Amino acid sequence: MLLIDCPCCGLRPETEFRCGGQAHVARPEKPVDVGDQDWSEYLFVRANPRGVHAERWIHQHGCGRWFNALRDTVSDRFVETYPMGGKPKSTTTEARA
Amino acid sequence: MAQHFRLPSGGRIDRSKPVSFTFNGSKIEGYQGDTLASALLANGVHFVGRSFKYHRPRGIMSHGSDEPSALLSVSRGPGRTDPNNRASVVELREGLVTKSQNHWPSLNFDVGAVNDLFSPVFVAGFYYKTFMWPRSFWDKVYEPFIRAAAGLGVAPDVPDADRYANRHAHCDVLVVGMGPTGLAAALAASETGKRVIVADEQAEPGGSLLHASEETIDGKPAAEWVKETLAVLDARENVILLPRTTVFGYYNHNHVAMTERVTDHVVDPKGAPRERLWQVRAGHVVIAAGSLERPLVFADNDRPGVLLAESVRVFVNRYGVLPGRKIVFATSGASAYQAAVDAKRAGAHVTISDLRLEADCGPELAKARAAGVEVLTAHTVIGTVGAKRVKGLIVAPVTGAGAIGPRRTLDCDCVGISGGWTPTVHLFSQSRGKLAYDEALDAFLPGTSAQAETTVGASHGDYDLARCLTAGYAAGAKAAGSAATARFEATPTLKGFQPVRVMPTDANPAKVRAFIDFQNDVTAKDIKLAVREGFQSIEHVKRYTTTGMATDQGKMSNMNALGIVAGQLDRPLPSVGTTTFRPPYTPTTFGALVGPARDALFDPIRTTPIHDWAVEHGAKFEPVSLWRRAWYFPKAGEDMHAAVARECKAVRDGVGVFDASTLGKIEVVGPDAAEFMNRMYVNPWLKLEPGKCRYGLMLKEDGYIMDDGVVARVAQDRFHVTTTTGGAARVLNHMEDYLQTEWPDLNVFLTSITEEWAVIAVQGPKARETIAPLVSDIDLSPEAFPHMAMREGRICGAPTRLFRVSFTGELGFEINVPADYGRAVWEAIYESGRKFGITPYGTETMHVLRAEKGYIIVGQETDGTVTPDDVGLAGMIAKAKADFVGKRSLARQDLVASGRKQLVGLFADDPSLVLEEGAQVVADPNQPIPMKMLGHVTSSYDSPNVGRSIALAVVADGRALMGTSLFVTTPGGFTRVSVVDPVFFDAKGERINA
Amino acid sequence: MLDDSLYARRVSPLDGAAKPASLPGGVTVRQLKPEARFSLRVKAGAPADAAGFALDQKINSIVVRGGRWSARLGPDEWLIGGPEADAQLIAEEVEATLRDRPHSLVSVSHRNVSLEISGANAAIALNAGCPLDLSDAAFPAGSATRTLLGKCEIVLIRAGAEPSYRVEVWRSFSTYAHGFLVEAAFGLQNAA
Ligand SMILES: [Zn+2]
Repeated sequence: MLLIDCPCCGLRPETEFRCGGQAHVARPEKPVDVGDQDWSEYLFVRANPRGVHAERWIHQHGCGRWFNALRDTVSDRFVETYPMGGKPKSTTTEARA
Repeated sequence: MAQHFRLPSGGRIDRSKPVSFTFNGSKIEGYQGDTLASALLANGVHFVGRSFKYHRPRGIMSHGSDEPSALLSVSRGPGRTDPNNRASVVELREGLVTKSQNHWPSLNFDVGAVNDLFSPVFVAGFYYKTFMWPRSFWDKVYEPFIRAAAGLGVAPDVPDADRYANRHAHCDVLVVGMGPTGLAAALAASETGKRVIVADEQAEPGGSLLHASEETIDGKPAAEWVKETLAVLDARENVILLPRTTVFGYYNHNHVAMTERVTDHVVDPKGAPRERLWQVRAGHVVIAAGSLERPLVFADNDRPGVLLAESVRVFVNRYGVLPGRKIVFATSGASAYQAAVDAKRAGAHVTISDLRLEADCGPELAKARAAGVEVLTAHTVIGTVGAKRVKGLIVAPVTGAGAIGPRRTLDCDCVGISGGWTPTVHLFSQSRGKLAYDEALDAFLPGTSAQAETTVGASHGDYDLARCLTAGYAAGAKAAGSAATARFEATPTLKGFQPVRVMPTDANPAKVRAFIDFQNDVTAKDIKLAVREGFQSIEHVKRYTTTGMATDQGKMSNMNALGIVAGQLDRPLPSVGTTTFRPPYTPTTFGALVGPARDALFDPIRTTPIHDWAVEHGAKFEPVSLWRRAWYFPKAGEDMHAAVARECKAVRDGVGVFDASTLGKIEVVGPDAAEFMNRMYVNPWLKLEPGKCRYGLMLKEDGYIMDDGVVARVAQDRFHVTTTTGGAARVLNHMEDYLQTEWPDLNVFLTSITEEWAVIAVQGPKARETIAPLVSDIDLSPEAFPHMAMREGRICGAPTRLFRVSFTGELGFEINVPADYGRAVWEAIYESGRKFGITPYGTETMHVLRAEKGYIIVGQETDGTVTPDDVGLAGMIAKAKADFVGKRSLARQDLVASGRKQLVGLFADDPSLVLEEGAQVVADPNQPIPMKMLGHVTSSYDSPNVGRSIALAVVADGRALMGTSLFVTTPGGFTRVSVVDPVFFDAKGERINA
Repeated sequence: MLDDSLYARRVSPLDGAAKPASLPGGVTVRQLKPEARFSLRVKAGAPADAAGFALDQKINSIVVRGGRWSARLGPDEWLIGGPEADAQLIAEEVEATLRDRPHSLVSVSHRNVSLEISGANAAIALNAGCPLDLSDAAFPAGSATRTLLGKCEIVLIRAGAEPSYRVEVWRSFSTYAHGFLVEAAFGLQNAA
């Protein structure tokens, strides 16, 4: 069971959280203006890296807030967590080190 | 045979407390403090089971959790029986009923033992090679045979009578093991005041120090040091000492799982749990799990009476039991010499046969000889004599070059074997740490840690007592953030061994059965064969030969197997790889993993405030997600069909009352509430007036229907949203996701009010008259309170949000009252409606009534690939809205293409035939297979109000097929149906506005 | 006028639940009497008061004052409780101070059932199903948070230093939560 650092609540057990998949996939401002190809990419295409991955998590059974996290998909190490709308402090290269 | 092999004195058993138990029906006596193994050995019983594949006689090999052979069925009473208990870890307790396994009809005469004679055919990969063809034999012949022959022990067939507990715990330092290293680590870690948990799998803490004979620590006998150290630890409030606790799993982020055996050792648990699962989150883990002795590999090394050398020492020193009167120790290392000296001192006739040359031996040699032990150096073991008990050990001199001299048989009734030591790295490996091969120690040692973890002592290949203590102390201190160190003086340990994979032999290799994996009956020959057949990685060899795949996970066998593979391939050992250790370290009961989650606590069962009334009135219930909902209310003598028919008529002819409390409810509040609703639902919301309701349809971003429900605007900035029962949490999460992550600028807040309000649906022509006497502050007249309106007022004095809505097509109300008032209001309505024949109805009738009206149920007519247009709800979509969730996807090619399945009604030619839900629809039943499926039946009922069976279906281009005939599968073949409008009753919708 | 006999009385979901007279392990589990409770949502912003509580209390803390309490469960979420008779008053006070600020006040008095578990081993009993560190250092007096108890969500509140915890749970989960805590008390026992 992972230990996840909620930006509001601190370190809490994984069972309180839910993962929402890849982070930073913004809904287009005006979806009706988006072409079929781009729209299907937005809907269905997600990265699945081996290594550091930016993900969305929600502290479902805690403060109820969504946040972002950089997690290494190989080691399960959390590089950092940061609020929705924010940017990670570490660059991806640092995170991989 | 009353404990003839019990020594007159010594050991840590309590001789004042005799304990009796049965083994295969015979009553046997031991003492408090014995394990099953030590008690059996005290009575001269070695032969306790038959092996898995060849049914060979097997005995007790070890004193600990690595025991591969002595697996017994143990019963503590009804519902308290389980198989495959290692005799070496089961504490003796009055009244245990134990049985040997894997034989028929009896242990002494076993039909399956014939397998042993055919062993040449049971080679590695036997099952893979034999049970391949003919294919028709797979189900009928091979599988029953394999199932009957395979498996150890018999699974219990009655419910487990015991209680199992669960506990989450946190600590700064978790110490695994209470041998010398672990105790020293715990001392140092707890010195700092940090929270420390110390766990050890054995009943008594102390590890190897419990069978120390001559060893001293800081001038004290080792056992004395253990006692004092435990007293110190026990007195510290920051320490939790957990004997009988196996650390079996090391998971992410220092989450460690362990089982504490709480009451197996007492006769009456008095309601206390049998086991407790600890889930520990540790700041740092110190692994001091010790090491495991390796057996020697030689012909017939599996005979009862052959034990690990150190285990002989344990039985002698710790349990006061002599496993044999004439013991030969076969070894390639020093530690067995101490065992030999101790056995000699206890009165046994002892001989040592050592593979090493005289010159390669250390001080142990002189020590043994001085104690009167005969030592044969430079001797190999060729094999054993005896079947159900070892009678002799065949040895022969061997030169450094491998030349074997004349054989000689040493008479004996017990053999202690030692092929050196393997550090216990299982937990380290589970923690994803990287192992590194150490050639000098011939062992894989913990290399780079992957988590906050330190492995120390024998687990790290350190076999010297003083060094273990010193290193353990330093590791414990460091784990707790201290730099403290301590020096320990201790008796030097006899250590060092010469690694050997298979003992040199001059026997015909085709005839030799030298066991590597005792539990899975894998021999050295099997492993060599696997390599010859092309398997090069240990992971593949494991699966092909099943070595290391038994319940002991190859604790004894792994290094020998690896070594043989490396030797055959002539490659360095690390290049063959090492096995990946996985949890659990030792077999774990299902009970411990399940814990309290059984019976009423298996899952929360959600019931409504009106549930008890429904129970009292004979309702049958159905599960809907975690809820139990009243399904129908049969009267005496009624079956489901009759009850539902009666309920359906009653609603249309008079009035019915229905518990709709499980509907999901969300209060959407804030200045931007209407804008938010506009974005989440396909419908328009900005202009809906307070006090009005609207049917809301919600899509996922992919354009498919996700949920639906009636929404009331309570105030300008407040909506009372309802969802499906099963969709409540999903819809709230979906809304919250968009609100927080896409539109954080909107000033809207969402609160679940599903459980704040009980919901009572009163439906039928007499609905208004039924509730009128109870309602205050609301004008119920049709003019003042039309269909799809919502009013706030009081009912039975309780506040209410009164909806005039209908899921039946009748005049109807859905009465929301604060949940604690739900039952009282329901009862008042029921009383008030009696004069109209008010009828409580359940979910089945609700389903029929709505199907008569062609109303969809999300999840029944929809399956996650259905658009609003598919079910005829395109008219709900606010065309003028620039955007809402799912809008863009409705323009995707596939969603606007022709040929999509559309909602239609179906009438079977036979009006009494109720089609099966899920049945496929085709145009021509005579077309060749595979047929073209046009769609399927989504809902189907006998409708008392329509007077025949009705069905809803989704059919490709269904709306264009109105009036045509199609065919639907039934258990008896195809049946003809006609395609009709999906509204079967009151097509004009007049009744709803009454 | 409604006939007196027609006035609805309250029924709690635990009225029919089996409640052992005494539990092992030095733990007591009981249901607390009904209270007014509100879920208050306000976006972070300038300091303000609600029902007598400053909004800037720490996340995952509880403040108790004059029979009322306020637990801040997230950056924009408070659970406010008080005597049943104060329900209207609390609502009015909140509306008065937050009138000009986007907010949401929703009654959850009937949604929630309040249980209390107390006694020297109360935290250990809770840890049968709650994965949090409940030590004095990690979960001191004045702590409150949403978390899990076995398979249901709860709000766990420790108002004072004594080993006594309030467990707020949705009503349809209350029989499960109550049964879980009772079983947890039995699970505390060891071999005699
Ligand atoms: Zn949080």
